[in-house]
Amino acid sequence: MRLQYPNNIRIVSVPCTGKVDLLHILRAFEKGADGVYVLGCMEGECRYENGNLRARKRVEKAREILETIGIGGERVAMYNLSSSEAPRFVAYAKEMTERIRGLGPNPIKNAVKGKAA
Amino acid sequence: MIVAKPKPFEEVMESVHPFERILVAGCNECVTVCEAGGKKEVGVLASALRMSFMNEGRQVRIDEVTLERQCDREYLEEIRDRIDQYDAVLSLACGVGVQFMAETYVQTPVLPGVDTCFMGVTEERGVWSERCQGCGQCVLAVTGGICPISRCAKRLLNGPCGGSTKGKCEISKEVDCAWQLIIDRLTELGRLDDYEQLAPIKDWSTERAGGPRRVVREDVRS
Repeated sequence: MRLQYPNNIRIVSVPCTGKVDLLHILRAFEKGADGVYVLGCMEGECRYENGNLRARKRVEKAREILETIGIGGERVAMYNLSSSEAPRFVAYAKEMTERIRGLGPNPIKNAVKGKAA
Repeated sequence: MIVAKPKPFEEVMESVHPFERILVAGCNECVTVCEAGGKKEVGVLASALRMSFMNEGRQVRIDEVTLERQCDREYLEEIRDRIDQYDAVLSLACGVGVQFMAETYVQTPVLPGVDTCFMGVTEERGVWSERCQGCGQCVLAVTGGICPISRCAKRLLNGPCGGSTKGKCEISKEVDCAWQLIIDRLTELGRLDDYEQLAPIKDWSTERAGGPRRVVREDVRS
């Protein structure tokens, strides 16, 4: 459909969101990501039955951890949609981008940059 | 197995705060099964600690290792060559492992990352309950495989007390009366005669109440 969506998003494709591990999410923030969101299939429609349900639990766990350490739990989110819903994909991308812009950059980004320098 | 649960993150952060080079050491046995101190938990905790320190503006080196066990010397020796690279070790092993690590590496502070709870079983993923308290004189032969020492609140040896109500202990509706369980099990086994046998007065000296314990097996010593 050639819809436009924010260009600050890096897409990592996985065969099922069940493949996304808690450590993947945490490491993204460790390396300076401002936000991470997981886009999975509609609940009940996972072709592997419960992959997206597992992903949701892991996203919840990541949220708790990020909140505890002071990075902010709102930086991680999970959305569900069908792979045919392109406009919704765009809507979620825009929503997440807006939210993260509102929260500001990852507080540890400077520490990461300093280390790389 | 030994059941442990992770310490609250804030508590762990406070204990490792003064150090600059930390090794997070997991254990591949019991704490892996109860999802408190295995390789995955080491990874998650190390990542959270790194981010927490970075958020304070400190660059702290946090490395990860998961040993097969921390209660046997040969596994602890595996980190002998690099232990002096660290100011402290955060051990996610049970209390046994934390202490043995500390005894092995006396120059390095060893901090606990989990709270060790009891010897117990996995009822289902995420639910663990106590079964054994290591009294040193197992009576399971005559109680149908159910332990009155660890599962009876009063540790009675000859049957239930007056507080046993509808199969539950008087201390809580969620605690089964161990003696009800024993009688039911012995009935199923057809061994209710075992219940009629009076247990002699128990020698509690082999229990923790008798002081820290030691087992020496001369037949096995080299």
